[in-house]
Amino acid sequence: MKTIANFLSERLNVIGAWLLALLWVMPLLYAIWAATHPIEYEANFDIFAPLTTYNFTNAWSQAPFARYLLNTVMMTTMIVISQFILCTFVAFAFARFEFPFKNILFAMVLLQLLIMPDILIVENYKTIRFLGLMDTILAIGLPYMASGFGIFLLRQTFKSIPKELDDAARIDGAGVLRIIWNVYVPLSMPTFVAYGLVSISFHWNNFLWPLIITNSVETRPLTVGLSIFSMSEAGVEWATISAGTLMTTAPLFIAFLIFQRQFIASFMTAGIK
Amino acid sequence: MNKKNNLINVFYLLVPGFVLLISFTHIPAVKTLMNSFYSTAKGRRASKFVGLENYETLWQDATFWKVFSNNIIYALGVIPTSILLSLAMALWVNSKIIGRPFLRFSYFLPTVLPLIAVGNIWLFFYAPGFGLIDQIVTSLGFPSLNILGSQESSLFGVMAVGIWKEAGFYMIFYLAGLQAIPPDLKEAAMIEGANKWYIFWRITFPLLTPTTLFVSVNAVINSFRQIDHIVVMTQGGPDYASTLLLYYIYESAFVFWDTAYATTLSVVLILLLCLIAIGQFFVLDKKVHYQ
Repeated sequence: MKTIANFLSERLNVIGAWLLALLWVMPLLYAIWAATHPIEYEANFDIFAPLTTYNFTNAWSQAPFARYLLNTVMMTTMIVISQFILCTFVAFAFARFEFPFKNILFAMVLLQLLIMPDILIVENYKTIRFLGLMDTILAIGLPYMASGFGIFLLRQTFKSIPKELDDAARIDGAGVLRIIWNVYVPLSMPTFVAYGLVSISFHWNNFLWPLIITNSVETRPLTVGLSIFSMSEAGVEWATISAGTLMTTAPLFIAFLIFQRQFIASFMTAGIK
Repeated sequence: MNKKNNLINVFYLLVPGFVLLISFTHIPAVKTLMNSFYSTAKGRRASKFVGLENYETLWQDATFWKVFSNNIIYALGVIPTSILLSLAMALWVNSKIIGRPFLRFSYFLPTVLPLIAVGNIWLFFYAPGFGLIDQIVTSLGFPSLNILGSQESSLFGVMAVGIWKEAGFYMIFYLAGLQAIPPDLKEAAMIEGANKWYIFWRITFPLLTPTTLFVSVNAVINSFRQIDHIVVMTQGGPDYASTLLLYYIYESAFVFWDTAYATTLSVVLILLLCLIAIGQFFVLDKKVHYQ
C-alpha cells in the first residue's frame, strides 16, 4: 500500500515539476515562434510553417540596435570596473582597519541595500542636471558605482582571508595598494567573478534610471532602445517586436547558456554571503 | 605600522566610495524629505515652503490610495506565491527527478532576461485575439479575454509576470540552502521511520529559515522597486488599475513634472520600506541563528 502511495506521489512530483517548467518557458517559446515565422503564422501553429529571418532583419533596420548594444556594453563595463575598484577599497578599510565611527559608516553602507538609487530617481535626476551630465553614459552609471551590496560582499570575503598573509607582506615593506593587489584580489577571485556576473546582469537589464537620464541614440542602452522601438506610434508588428526583443536579450542569453553553471553558482555565492 | 599612518590609509580608501555613496544615496534621501515640504517651481514662480500641504494633497488624493492599495495587493500576491514556487522548484531541482538540467534551466531562465523584454514577451502572450492565452480560452468556447485592458484583471496580469520573473531567482538561494543541510540529518530521520512531509516540515524547512529571511527581504524590496514591466505592458492603466507606487512617482515627476509631489510620494515609499525592514528584522531575527 505504502509503495503505491509513494509511487503516486513521485509521479505527481514529476508531472508538477514538468508542467511548471513548461509554463515557465512557454512565453519565450511563443515569442520565438512569432519571431521566426512569417506574419501569417503569427498565431497559427503549423509545424510545417516556413521559417524566416525577415522579422530580425526588419527589426534590425528599424532601430539602431547596434549602437544601443555598444552603449550597453560601454555602460556595463564602466560600472563594473568602477564598482570593483571603489568597493574593494572601502571593503578593505572595513575588513582590516579600526577607525572612528566605523560602525556608523558601515550602517550607512548597508542603508543602500534598502534605499536603492532606483527609488531616489527624482533627486538623483536633479543632481545629474546640476552636474551638467544629462544624457551621458557616465550619468547612467554614477549612482550605482559605490554599491552597498558590493562593499558588503567583498568585506565578508576579505575578512575570511588570514591576516598573517598581509602581515608578511607588510614586513616586506608593501603598501596598502600592493597588499590589496597582490594578496587580497587574487584570493578573492571567486567573489569578484560572482559579483561581476550579478552586477553585469543587473545593469545590462536596468531600465528606469537610463530611461529618465538618456535622451539620444548615442547614450540609450538596449533596454531603453527596445522600449522605444516597441512602443512607437507607428504600430510595429508583433513578429518584429518579438524579433527585436529576442535580439536585445540574445547576448546575455547566449552567455547564460554557455556559462549556466557559473551563473547559478555566482548568484548562490552572492546570496549566501 | 603606526596609528596615524593607518588613519591616512583609511581616509584614502574610503573617500572615493563614500563621496559617491553619500551624493547618490544619503544626500538625495535627505533632500527628498526636505523638498516634500516645498512646492514645485513653475515657470517664473520659484518653489516655496508650504509646510505639510503636499501631504494634505496626498491624503486627499484618491489616486494615491488606489496606487497604495495596488502595491499592497501586488506585494501580498507576488511575495508568498513566488517564495512558495521557488521552494518547490529548489526541492525538485535538488532531487533525482527526470530532466533535472531542463527544469533548472527553465526555472532560472526569466532571471537573466531584462524585465522590459519580459514585459514585451508577456504583452504578446496576453494579447487578445492572437495571444496564446486568449487562443486557448476562445478555443474552449469562452469569450475573448483582455486581461491587461480591463480594470479588474490588469493588476493580476502584471503580478503574474512579477512571479514568473522572480521565482527562479529565489530558487537559487533555496538551492544553496538545501545543499548546505547535512544529509545525515535526513538519513537519521528516515531510519526512525519519518515520512517525507514530516522530514520537510520538521527538519528541512526550519533549517532553511535564514534563506527564507533573506529571500523575503529581497522579495519585499523588489515588489516596491520593480516597475519596468508596467511601463511597457499597461502604463499603469486602465485608469490606474495597475499603477504601483514607484510608477506613480515616475509619472508624477517625469510625465507631469510635479517634482514636489513626486518627492512626497518618495518619502512615503522610503518610510514604508524602512518600516517593513525594521519589522522583518525584529520578527524574524529572533527565530534565526546564523553567523
